Amino acid sequence: MKTEMICIVCPMSCHMEIEQAEDGTILSVIGNSCNRGDSYARKELTMPMRMLTTTVAIEGSLHRRLPVILTGEIPKEKQEEVMKEISKICVKAPVLYQQILKQDICDLGVAVMASRSMDCYENE
Amino acid sequence: MYDVVIVGAGIIGSFLAHDLSKYQLNIAVLEKNSDIAGEATMSNSAIIHAGHDPKTGTLKASLNLQGSRMYESVCKELGVSYKRTSAFVAATNHEEEELLPAMIAQAEERDIPCMLLRGEEARRKEPNLSEEIVAVAEFPTTAICYPWEIALALMEEAVMNQVELKLNEKVITIEKDQNTFQILTEKGNQYESRYVINAAGIYADEIYQLVTKLEKNPIVIHPRKGEYFVLDREEKTLVERVIYPVPSEKGKGVLLVPTTHNNLLLGPNSTMVTDKEEKGNTTEALAYVKEAVQKLAKNIPFEKIIRTFAGLRASGESGDFIIEEAMDVPCFINVAQIESPGLASAPAISEYVLHEILMKKEDQDQKLIFIQKENYLKRRHPIRVKDLSEEERNKLVKEQPAYGRVICRCEQITEGEIIDTIHRTLGAKTVKAVKKRVRPGMGRCQGGFCEPRVVEILARELHISPLDIRMDSPESLLLTRELWGGDKHAGI
Amino acid sequence: MQEYDVIIIGGGSAGLAAAIEAYKNGCEKVLILEREKELGGILLQCIHNGFGLHLFHEELAGPSYAERYLMLLKETKIETKTDTMVIHLSKDKILEYVNPKEGYVKVKGKAIVLAMGCRERTRGAISLPGSRPSGIWTAGTAQRYLNMEGYMVGKRVFILGSGDIGLIMARRMTLEGATVVGVAEIMPYSNGLPRNMKQCLEDFHIPLYLSHTITNLYGKDRLSGVQISQVDERLQAIKGTEKEFDADTLLLSVGLIPENALSLEAGILLNNRTKGPLVTQSYETTVPGIFACGNVLHVHDLVDFVSEEGKKAGYFAAKYCIDNPDLMEETIQEPITVEAAKGIIYVIPNQLYVNKLLEKQDFLFRVNTPLQEATIIIEKDGMLLKTIQKKHLAPSEMEKVTLKKEELEGIRGRLSFRIFAKGETV
Repeated sequence: MKTEMICIVCPMSCHMEIEQAEDGTILSVIGNSCNRGDSYARKELTMPMRMLTTTVAIEGSLHRRLPVILTGEIPKEKQEEVMKEISKICVKAPVLYQQILKQDICDLGVAVMASRSMDCYENE
Repeated sequence: MYDVVIVGAGIIGSFLAHDLSKYQLNIAVLEKNSDIAGEATMSNSAIIHAGHDPKTGTLKASLNLQGSRMYESVCKELGVSYKRTSAFVAATNHEEEELLPAMIAQAEERDIPCMLLRGEEARRKEPNLSEEIVAVAEFPTTAICYPWEIALALMEEAVMNQVELKLNEKVITIEKDQNTFQILTEKGNQYESRYVINAAGIYADEIYQLVTKLEKNPIVIHPRKGEYFVLDREEKTLVERVIYPVPSEKGKGVLLVPTTHNNLLLGPNSTMVTDKEEKGNTTEALAYVKEAVQKLAKNIPFEKIIRTFAGLRASGESGDFIIEEAMDVPCFINVAQIESPGLASAPAISEYVLHEILMKKEDQDQKLIFIQKENYLKRRHPIRVKDLSEEERNKLVKEQPAYGRVICRCEQITEGEIIDTIHRTLGAKTVKAVKKRVRPGMGRCQGGFCEPRVVEILARELHISPLDIRMDSPESLLLTRELWGGDKHAGI
Repeated sequence: MQEYDVIIIGGGSAGLAAAIEAYKNGCEKVLILEREKELGGILLQCIHNGFGLHLFHEELAGPSYAERYLMLLKETKIETKTDTMVIHLSKDKILEYVNPKEGYVKVKGKAIVLAMGCRERTRGAISLPGSRPSGIWTAGTAQRYLNMEGYMVGKRVFILGSGDIGLIMARRMTLEGATVVGVAEIMPYSNGLPRNMKQCLEDFHIPLYLSHTITNLYGKDRLSGVQISQVDERLQAIKGTEKEFDADTLLLSVGLIPENALSLEAGILLNNRTKGPLVTQSYETTVPGIFACGNVLHVHDLVDFVSEEGKKAGYFAAKYCIDNPDLMEETIQEPITVEAAKGIIYVIPNQLYVNKLLEKQDFLFRVNTPLQEATIIIEKDGMLLKTIQKKHLAPSEMEKVTLKKEELEGIRGRLSFRIFAKGETV
């Protein structure tokens, strides 16, 4: 059985073809430009994973929101649950780039980290 | 008890309020919208027609002529834009050409400067005029203005001189007992007045209907919608004059109009509508406008379109303005069916109402006493940073740094100008009100970049939450809620 | 008047890369002028990931990508001014900026790099019919409200255009609790990256209506509904195919336009297709000493390519400034034209100086329609120079071809790029 798939790991968007045996075992992945494509294809057919980015409330800085990213992918269907958990976070400036804001979110083994630094800012 | 209540704060209501505020009278203006000048005053061609066009003997003819001659000094006094551009009435074929001499003769009779040009001569003056144009009648006194800026300036000065402007006040009933009117608004507020001036634009028929006992309301408004394109501003606009086609029975036709801010307007078409709230654009009308303007000009940069809009003309059945005291309701003055050339006529209309109607009342019980105020206040002209010299600008920024922060990149409007307009007498409270007054959002990005910053400045200056900032009407919500976070967490 | 070696207008991804490269190549007085209160540009509101794979070999969120460049910037002595708007630019490379601290200031650059980015096409630009209530934004404006200001803009959202920002916002709004009722795309194919189609729409079961556009908008105060219709091959709405949606929000993702008001003021000629300046292989515009890079030049889909272009523009700006061009260059040679022929929207650079050929010359271009199994044909003075087979080409994906110096040598008149589609006859 052959499945066509566009790789979504990066914006390169490789067009891939995956060959599976009757029992679902993946026999081959072709069309990918890097190893990450191969592992994406395998995972997407078994347990699709997604990266999640969002913002958290921050006090005392120029902006009211601090952008955050997870340290690793989570199962696709967990996005809503993780969003809910992240929304409880509120931080105070200053925050460092890649500062961990919450460990092991929803027991998924990944952490929430700041995707930028944010200094203190006094409003004029 | 007011001496005069004006219903409607468009260009007519604003001129009336302004001109009446010079006298010791108690005046109120009731406006149904959240800001003034939001209907026809906001959506029109912004031309001060020279006055050659209206039929002889009509109010339109005399008031247009008179009004166009008043504008320059009115605008100068108020510190608002006005520019004499001249206009071409362009004939695209010989049948149309034959109509030009009569037009010229009518203009000469009215002492309006004009001249007849051959197509070639006209193209030398306006190189982008279509090759099809065979002849042109030029009217050099035609001018352009920025209509809502005029209305805002007039009303601001009126309010500074004790006129009470009541916004979001929709009139629902008017009753007359003896010598006073009782006016009730939708919000439940009651206003008592000796006079009512009906300047309600497309709703003038409905306002008069509230009070008339006549079987047939003489004011009948059939709104006609006109749709426009706005082109991005340029150092030099495609045409520098107003370009009209030869008028037909349907009206002045589809025009090309440079604006006071160097944009170009294309439009309007004309279609009857039954719903007075129907101000949307339609694909058909916009296509029609595009086609029509190409008969007049070439090289039109349609890729520079930044906005479309539509407005409703308060067209009446009689074809002329109706400006008179209602025959069945003494002291109720109708100023109705003010379609084109309503803007050009506006100062003269106001003068006519004061001098020919109000001041001529002889009835002792009804007569208003016109005594000029001694301490009449003039408005402070807003600072337009773009117009200042280098030295003046730097002095200003040193005193008020906000004038050194550009908020609107397209129109180069500074934070200082926005703050000033929020805190002026007729202060802006909404995004659209700021846009109308100082123009952030009028440019090519249409507020894409500056709207969030305008919202932020409004919220900060008015000490309210950004969630409470509206685009325009109280129902025109922008932001719906804060994102969840920290203690504000509400659960998804 | 203060004089700088290189002045960069815009502190986003293109400007930062240009500045750093100009500095590294020997320019000591480098100045970045940025309108916002901090450097980083539009990346700061692009909180999603997918940036940096080419340059940093990892997948970064937009703000992280900016952070990397800001760290590099810190190691230099580049001067930066934020909260500063450039309001005038002249062809003798004098510009005027304004900020609340200094007021209005004129400065001169030996070289100038334009890196002002682009703006979004608006409702007005595409003349959408219907009423004009609140609740209609470009996707980028909504993105700023959410990601920077922390506010939601609506509950039931319709999206017009399948550009990446629109798709990203579909997911973002959904994750924040809104319902995205549909996305309409006037073309018969999507304009976004496949990855965004998948993880922003499909993952959340958001319907995509290809060959559809908006034919009416409802609502007097706030938007209340959207009507879409199918379009024919000429992209005209077909009567009788209308569909209505309840929606309080419409987001537009209908294209980006390079922001060239300043370029025009300086007398720089623009390319009709890109709407950005015409440039040579050194990213120099038609005004000597003024360079352009990033989205002000042509709209990119990957920030990595923006940085790469910024880097090149910065390098050539530095070279220009050090070589003291007022003394040289006078052996003027007419540049040859790089032509975007059949099937290709544009090629960057637009012009090539034969006397300044690089060892390896990159050409960036976009095709005008999606194709499977097509051939890129490159012709030199009307003679076939090279053919390149492609499995897959799409307007949303920028293509890059590199030619060697020896391949280009001897060219006299014209370098031409065109597409030969599968099954096409000559």
